[in-house]
Amino acid sequence: MTGAPAASPPLRSPAGSRTGRLSRRALVGGGLALGTGLLAGGLSGCSTLAAGMAGAEVAPGTVTYWNLFGGGDGARMQAMEDVYRAGPGTPALQAATFTWGNPYYTKVSLATLGDAPPDVAVSHLTRSTNLAQAGLLTEITDDVLAVAGLRAADFSQKAWEAQQVEGRSYAIPFDTHPFVLYYNLEVCERAGLLDSDGSLQPIRGVDGWESALRAAREVTGAFGASVATIADPATSWRWFQSLYSQRAGSTPWLGDGGRELTYDRELTLDTLDHVQSWTQQGLMPTNTDYAGSQTLMFSGQSAFYLQGEWEITTAQSIEGLEFGMVPLPVLYDQPAQQGDSHTFVLPAMERNDEQLQRAMGFVRSMLDQSITWAEGGHVPAYLPTLRSEEYRELEPQSSYAEAADTVVYDAPAWYSGSGSTFENIIGAQIGLVQQGLASPATALESARSQLLTYANTPSPL
Amino acid sequence: MTAPTLASPRAATSTSAGPPPRRSSQARSAWLFVAPFGLFYLLFLVWPVAYMFITSLFDTSLVRPGFGDFVGLANYREMLTKPEFWSALWHTVQFTLYTVPPLVVLAFVFAVLANQVGRGEWLFRLAFFVPFILPSAAIALIWSFIYTPSTGLWNSLQAALGVESPSPVLGTPDLAMIGIAITTVWWTIGFNFILYLAGLQDIPREVYEAASVDGASRWQQIRSITIPMLSRTTTLVVLLQIIASLKIFDQVYLMTGGGPGISTQVLLGLVTTTAFTDYRVGAASAASVLLFLVILLVTLVRQVVERFQQRKDVTS
Repeated sequence: MTGAPAASPPLRSPAGSRTGRLSRRALVGGGLALGTGLLAGGLSGCSTLAAGMAGAEVAPGTVTYWNLFGGGDGARMQAMEDVYRAGPGTPALQAATFTWGNPYYTKVSLATLGDAPPDVAVSHLTRSTNLAQAGLLTEITDDVLAVAGLRAADFSQKAWEAQQVEGRSYAIPFDTHPFVLYYNLEVCERAGLLDSDGSLQPIRGVDGWESALRAAREVTGAFGASVATIADPATSWRWFQSLYSQRAGSTPWLGDGGRELTYDRELTLDTLDHVQSWTQQGLMPTNTDYAGSQTLMFSGQSAFYLQGEWEITTAQSIEGLEFGMVPLPVLYDQPAQQGDSHTFVLPAMERNDEQLQRAMGFVRSMLDQSITWAEGGHVPAYLPTLRSEEYRELEPQSSYAEAADTVVYDAPAWYSGSGSTFENIIGAQIGLVQQGLASPATALESARSQLLTYANTPSPL
Repeated sequence: MTAPTLASPRAATSTSAGPPPRRSSQARSAWLFVAPFGLFYLLFLVWPVAYMFITSLFDTSLVRPGFGDFVGLANYREMLTKPEFWSALWHTVQFTLYTVPPLVVLAFVFAVLANQVGRGEWLFRLAFFVPFILPSAAIALIWSFIYTPSTGLWNSLQAALGVESPSPVLGTPDLAMIGIAITTVWWTIGFNFILYLAGLQDIPREVYEAASVDGASRWQQIRSITIPMLSRTTTLVVLLQIIASLKIFDQVYLMTGGGPGISTQVLLGLVTTTAFTDYRVGAASAASVLLFLVILLVTLVRQVVERFQQRKDVTS
């Protein structure tokens, strides 16, 4: 030791030789691992850091599960997680909830690229196809389903087919959530809109819709129906897309995987005209946000409320409110409404049999609790529940279940899907039409030019 | 194992004592000491920056291996012809214009005031500096509460003062950026304040005493002594502040997410969205390079102005 001090520099930087072939994936991975390691390290010591750096499981034997459910859905999901935890011999569960929309899918993507994804994640069906094309999901083969004793035939065929990418499956449908019509029973009764057994008389055609709204406005003194117009592009899009899809000859908004805008201009402008005329006639509110549009119906200032069926939990929590729900009336030529499905996906990672078993065991437990989920408004995609007596007796949930069959999913594109850039762009313009701040033609032109930028950009998937 | 510890004292003694040491061994141990930082610097700053320049010329996708196809300047052309890019650039500049003057002027005023307080100066130092050490998420939460539509502190105050249906700050396109700017001023003023306070305490008391003997008023003292003697601090504060403001991201992401619409979307927000939501690393890199050029330009302009001033000082 004393012979040759400082003869050889001991730090030859073993990492130096690695920098040359550091792939982006490894870089993102290292960064993520370091970040999470540093964060978690302070709390739980070095084991997390070590696991992160080595790419090992952070908590062996645990199912990690990411979802995007807030509000009523969130509370219900937590109750279902508790049921899973209470099951005999079930692995520990680590569930995390994130803000929905683009930020959520960004997190799922980056975690998967960084080799640290959750075992199971929730994804909208319209987003899962993009994740699958990006190579971020594990294929759901018949063998994978069989691990949990499931078959493809156990799921609603519409959702099952919609999630497929080039004939392969990547998502396990959990539900379908159509855009529906809520009605305030008391207001509708006074407006003479109910039939003898106390349910809503069918509304048909634009004329039928307008006369129902007028009758309701007589009673409420404010509005006939309410739908969000401000700061909520997703709802504005749902409302428009539902109406547009009801028209004979309406083509999907995007074609060729998003490379072309294929909407029907005439029908779009005419539908937007109607949407605007209802707010301009005062039949529907010009300025109201997500929460405000609910409050109008809940407090009897409007007879109808339009939103996805998940707001049933909120409506049920309003004391003294009696309400019903039906599929969106057919205002034009055919029944249709915008909607999407929640699905379970298995982010791409190397799994051993045990990990797969655990992940699918968790999915199975959630599917088995579909009835709890259905109470929150969603139409189960799991047929054993959908066809059960228990679900058929669930009111008002089962009264709009048929809407799941005529749901229109957002057209596929790398920038499309629930809460996506596409919805944000087009929805913001529809919002302006509802508010009377833009004419249908101006709004469409603005949306078109913004969307063209995306359509002309080669897909990064 | 013991090599560095043995080597360093020898190097230390030999520098202080007469004959010059063998330069190579000294340089080697210096490199060793710098190596840990150097490695980090290389890995987490130099390489990412190089990576940014390289990918800006490719259609690199986050979810595809490798750089992708070489596209030349197409990413730059896309950004420079895209209204969203210009709008984001304008919002970044707008934010900088809203925040730099108050953050410099107010920090100076508060520092001068705090410096006049004899006892209890620590309280002001603390009060101004504490917000700065809070994380951006906490700041965003506090101010989102204040700006809550209708029921928040600010809207309630407006209502109490008789404003009918006050507009929601973060929900109104024209107000949202102002709201974020106010938040930022409150949050980061402490840093500039401390810099100014340190500068103030470097000014010898005798100068003020001499000035007051000559009958200079407080205001004259500030104008003719404090401001000129703090000019170096001001130069530093202005430069740091402009750069910090151009890099705005956290508050916008947390408080408005770029909304309503894209009315508060800033350049770094656009970069993040393009890279991590749209997976388009190449295009995002091009936008980053453009922001880099803007910051470089601002720095250069400032330096030229400073040179010019110095020359004027010398000649006059």
